Amino acid sequence: MTLLDARGVTKSFAGITALDGVALDVDAGEMVGLIGPNGAGKTTFFNCLLGMLRPDGGTISFDGKDLTRVPTHRRARLGIGRTFQRIELFAGMTPREHLFVAERARRGDGRLWKDLLGLGRPKPDELARVEETLELLSLTADADRPIEALSLGRGRVVEIGRALMTNPKLLLLDEPSSGLDHNETAELSQILQHVNGERHCAILLVEHDVPMVRALVTRVFVLDFGRLIASGSTNDVFADAAVRKAYIGDVV
Amino acid sequence: MDNFFGGLTDGVAYGAVYALLAIGLVLAYKTSGVFNIAFGVQAYASGALYYTLHTSHDVAIIPAFIVSVVLLAPLIGVILDRLLFRFLRSAPEMSRLVVALGLLVAIPGIVQLKFDQTLAISSQGIVPHGDTVYNIGPAVLNRDQLAIIVTTAIVALAVIVLFRYTAVGLRMRAVVESSRMAELNGVNSDRVSMLSWVLTSFVAGLAGVLLPQITGNQVVDVYYTTLVTAAIVAAVLASLTSVPLALAAGIGLGVLQEWLNRFLPTNSVVASNIRPGLPFIALFLVLALDPRLRHRRGTTDPLANVDPPPPAPVAGTRSSELTWGTRIFWCVIGAIYLYYVFFHGNDSVLDDAIRIAIYAIIFCSIVVATGLAGQVSFAQATFAGIGGAVSAQLATQQGMSVILTILIGALVAGVVGMVVSIPALRLGGIFLTLFTFAFALAFENVFLKFGWITGGIFPEAEPRPQLGSVDFANNKSFLALCLVVLVLVSAGVVLVRGGTTGRFLDAVRGSQVAAASIGISATRARIVTFGLSAAIAGLGGGLLTSYEGHYTPTNWATFVGLFWVVIVVTLGPRTIEGALQAAFGFILFAKRVLPVWLPWLINHIQPFGHVGTLPAAVQYIFFGLGAVTYAKHPEGILEANKRKPMQKIQALIDRRRSSGEPPETATSGAAPA
Repeated sequence: MTLLDARGVTKSFAGITALDGVALDVDAGEMVGLIGPNGAGKTTFFNCLLGMLRPDGGTISFDGKDLTRVPTHRRARLGIGRTFQRIELFAGMTPREHLFVAERARRGDGRLWKDLLGLGRPKPDELARVEETLELLSLTADADRPIEALSLGRGRVVEIGRALMTNPKLLLLDEPSSGLDHNETAELSQILQHVNGERHCAILLVEHDVPMVRALVTRVFVLDFGRLIASGSTNDVFADAAVRKAYIGDVV
Repeated sequence: MDNFFGGLTDGVAYGAVYALLAIGLVLAYKTSGVFNIAFGVQAYASGALYYTLHTSHDVAIIPAFIVSVVLLAPLIGVILDRLLFRFLRSAPEMSRLVVALGLLVAIPGIVQLKFDQTLAISSQGIVPHGDTVYNIGPAVLNRDQLAIIVTTAIVALAVIVLFRYTAVGLRMRAVVESSRMAELNGVNSDRVSMLSWVLTSFVAGLAGVLLPQITGNQVVDVYYTTLVTAAIVAAVLASLTSVPLALAAGIGLGVLQEWLNRFLPTNSVVASNIRPGLPFIALFLVLALDPRLRHRRGTTDPLANVDPPPPAPVAGTRSSELTWGTRIFWCVIGAIYLYYVFFHGNDSVLDDAIRIAIYAIIFCSIVVATGLAGQVSFAQATFAGIGGAVSAQLATQQGMSVILTILIGALVAGVVGMVVSIPALRLGGIFLTLFTFAFALAFENVFLKFGWITGGIFPEAEPRPQLGSVDFANNKSFLALCLVVLVLVSAGVVLVRGGTTGRFLDAVRGSQVAAASIGISATRARIVTFGLSAAIAGLGGGLLTSYEGHYTPTNWATFVGLFWVVIVVTLGPRTIEGALQAAFGFILFAKRVLPVWLPWLINHIQPFGHVGTLPAAVQYIFFGLGAVTYAKHPEGILEANKRKPMQKIQALIDRRRSSGEPPETATSGAAPA
């Protein structure tokens, strides 16, 4: 079943076409890769998917709904989670608080009057869900440290955890392994497989680490200068001459 | 035709004043990253010195000009840079704005310690025979007007050349973006930033001596600040970056104002209400409608994370015994104070206590807006005033129950707060603050002149509330009512801070895009907090109006509201404790500390000369300089100074406990990074 269906997404900035009629689809529970050289338009595409940028043309539908006029926070509530290439965490909060805020946001009851009546305090089932996700991501040991004290790698895992708390049907990961060392990358791959298996959440992965992409995903889309130059099963795409020329060169 | 040309020439001269100030604001923002709301008081310092020397001490024009503009103004710049702003280069834009606000309050205080508060306008500015008139074609201009036009043109040209064609201009902009990055590229940030401040302050000094001749004002700090506020519209139209646009917008504003002066009938509502408010209405509209201001990002230093993270608040690092200990301690102190007020205090002590309780309620609104939402609002006094006016009008004109009118007043203030926040939502940061400022000034200049809002010059007396058989006409029962309201409001603020709204606001403050990515709407969170904050202010306003028996506009002047922000931010903007201490400070400093307590203390510890009542300016210096610490201690200086003693007491408790039990870490909060 098609979960995300983007067709003809076009976006230009001051005359430069960053996305030129990009079409991409992700099925429920599937892991899909989106690769391309720097500046190919991958992050722009993510921003269009989440409504942080408004595309000039094309349609994006998610779970059968047209997203064109839906603001970012509503798309998040529909079930699209994301992480950021330049890590975005809430300064001054612990990982546990990050996850808790996301859990509260998922429930969508941020009513002021409830706070005023003292109903805004953490509830046991909310805390239990937070605990469960902390364990899933092996974050328990770091759960109460200030976020500033964590390494970049752990910070990326907290971002994934925060996105997971919203119960996403689709998780958009923007270069999750950049800045991580070899061990951290391996650990991240395991976590992603785990998440995909246990939470049945589809993943759209933007990544430069080719071995990691090959190990995780079944299908790949390749962007170059804002245009889709190839798509298909991982093995076919990586064998494609145009892809090798544009992106991989002679590395693989 | 006469009106047209007369308006044009006078307008250009008047507009040159706005343009000079706007260019100064743009220059300051581009070269130091500070939205220098204190620009006007810097100008005032030079103006005050010049006119005192020249008028009162008969110093000739050139030496007086050299001392006040060439020497004093840059010196102020050097001092501000060395002592303050060089430490704030990687601080958020908001912190720098609050520091400038502190200076806005403190500098006039310092100047007034030495000079008279109202220096009469001198007949002669820096141009000899300034009223000599020249006919240039159809235009008639005097020498003073020519002087400001020429000066503004020269300054504009110099600044444009500086930014377009010089290496030092480029370095200044680099240091503002990231001083550390600039240093890595071999730029001496300290020297460049000092030069920026010297230049900006010199322009302020020039404006300071030129302005009074054109505007016909006395040399008083409020006039300067009002002019700068009016000039903000030109600076904002220039997006705080373009000097030619600032010049054009400043002159355009001046001409428009002069034409309105000449072509509008003098006895209409428009003439008496809209005209004086024009710059503020214009600022309000520009901020609400200018699409360029949306999605504008503040400068963020890519090397900002070199700084260690801020320490956790004291409340988070102490054990539950110590938390309860402090609570009990404060409850006991509070009980003793109230016992004294209720059973032994005279009328004056009772009056203090009532005002402290009411202002503590109002300051809770600043805790909500600034402490929780991280937005600085300059319109809290206006919201409080709206609450007061609505309550007074409904009680006197409609004869409604006063308790009910106070609640309706709070509700109306809350709705106004929400409506005001809607156009400002996309702005955020300093533009949101400026928007609240424009709203407050526009309201003050336009609406407060209508009798149906204020009740006229001699409003009918508003009665005290009555609840069933309890009449609050008695001051002691009224104090009890205020205390109950204060407790309810405090509890509400604490619940909101710890509840969903507080957490969402923390998240939005941390990262707005990340908050949106998990489904939190920053827009909704901000509207709700602005509404809540305005409603709390309105509640306090209603109570004070009922206590005083009539609506007093001076209680709610916009500049009073600025001082509130300064005092709350100084003492602790995130806690109820901070709001309470700010209320004590606000009421007692002027009434008790300066006239009685401090002189008594000084006269008892030193045998040398007798000290009488200390000038009121000391209060502004004290709290103004206090707000300057905001950048270093955004949690407030009391909170910051509590940390060490609290940690010591905590260590003592831990040591005593560990002598009996196996050692454990009692701190529930975060371990240091």
